[in-house]
Amino acid sequence: MTATVEENTEAKPGAVPTFEVTLRIERYNPEVDDAPHFEDYRVTVHGTDRVLDALHQIKWDQDGSLSFRRSCAHGVCGSDAMRINGKNRLACKTLVKDVNPGKPITVEPIKGLPVEKDLIVDMEPFFQAYRDVMPFLVTTGNEPTRERLQSQEDRERFDDTTKCILCAACTTSCPVFWNDGQYFGPQAIVGAHRFIFDSRDDGAAQRLEILNDKEGVWRCRTTFNCTDACPRGIQVTKAIQEVKRALLTNKF
Amino acid sequence: MTATTSEPGLRPVQKSRYKRRSKGRGNFEMWSWVFMRGSGVLLLFLVFGHLFVNLMLGQGIHAIDFAFVAGKWSNPFWQVWDMLMLWLAELHGFNGVRTIINDYTEKDSTRWVLKTLLVVSALVVLVLGTLVIFTFDPCVDPGSTLSQCK
Ligand code: HEM
Ligand code: SF4
Ligand code: FES
Repeated sequence: MTATVEENTEAKPGAVPTFEVTLRIERYNPEVDDAPHFEDYRVTVHGTDRVLDALHQIKWDQDGSLSFRRSCAHGVCGSDAMRINGKNRLACKTLVKDVNPGKPITVEPIKGLPVEKDLIVDMEPFFQAYRDVMPFLVTTGNEPTRERLQSQEDRERFDDTTKCILCAACTTSCPVFWNDGQYFGPQAIVGAHRFIFDSRDDGAAQRLEILNDKEGVWRCRTTFNCTDACPRGIQVTKAIQEVKRALLTNKF
Repeated sequence: MTATTSEPGLRPVQKSRYKRRSKGRGNFEMWSWVFMRGSGVLLLFLVFGHLFVNLMLGQGIHAIDFAFVAGKWSNPFWQVWDMLMLWLAELHGFNGVRTIINDYTEKDSTRWVLKTLLVVSALVVLVLGTLVIFTFDPCVDPGSTLSQCK
């Protein structure tokens, strides 16, 4: 893999080597296409370029009609999750040299959500599941006159799930979600986990009841696709199991 | 919420697919999940115990014949063992296949037909199996030479 990068190093000391690569992108324009199809694009990229840079090159220099979402370009906003060589990743956090550039790199929209155009999917069902778990602080009693203080240990308890950027890589890597779109999906459970285990929050019982639904945590089959997919390294499957355990210990 | 994708020019997206139809509260899926783990653990013990006794102890696999089975089922211990194994495996398998049907069927009608078939097959296996374990008579044949029939 790295061999391809070292090819033209003699050019200039310190210069970043370049190489040619083919991107095989799934294209779909609802105004003309009946079904999505793949198209190949040849680009010259640097060893430091990410898949997002390659997509930019195609959009800016070759085919302006190519559509994809991106915003921050630095793994913060969660806009550019896509299926790269069959795995959900952020295009802005994936170096081209790391995804087997010797062969065409396939780029598809994330699976299980309706494709609107090219790599853009309708995220609404995904966001709706997030809204359904009430991702906001729920409190009872009088409002404190100052900050709601929390010990470091209490903060640590749910630290992992605060890192979610709602990119949907996890939910759209889950075979249970692919099946019928009814499952709340890993992200909604991560979102709920962030509040269920927050010592300042009083809405845990409500959220647990929502996720006790037929389409809630019990549909999880511990496939671990979500954990593998998460660009923030969140232990998604673990969070889901913790919510299951909380439900079980609540009922017994 | 629904307005975003129905702009002119865009083909309508099947939104309904994502609208959660479940309304039931209750803990059914939770108990189903617990049952899969519970029965799984018991089955590990029952199935491997069964395999060990039948295939490894004594003469091992060479001992298995009609008389061997007849001998085991004349003992209430093995009758209860086998019945537990039958019920747990059948209900565990039943519940697993129910999950798979829920996963893969798209139309309510298909789901209903497959689940009916599943329930019927499970009932047949459970009733027939239990009946055999407890009413099995190795001596129905009057000429039987088995030791238990003398
Ligand atoms: C030997 C001991 C066994 C253990 C420990 C075991 C354990 C499990 C567990 C824990 C699950 C749930 C998986 C999940 O939802 O994540 C499961 C699912 C399942 N089991 Fe078993 N099982 C055993 C034997 C059996 C037997 C004998 C059968 C067939 C009669 C069977 C058929 C199934 C089916 C069809 C599923 C559903 C698969 C799915 O969810 O996709 N299992 N098993
Ligand atoms: S849990 Fe990870 S993969 Fe899932 S939406 Fe959040 S950041 Fe993305
Ligand atoms: S563009 Fe913001 S996360 Fe990739």
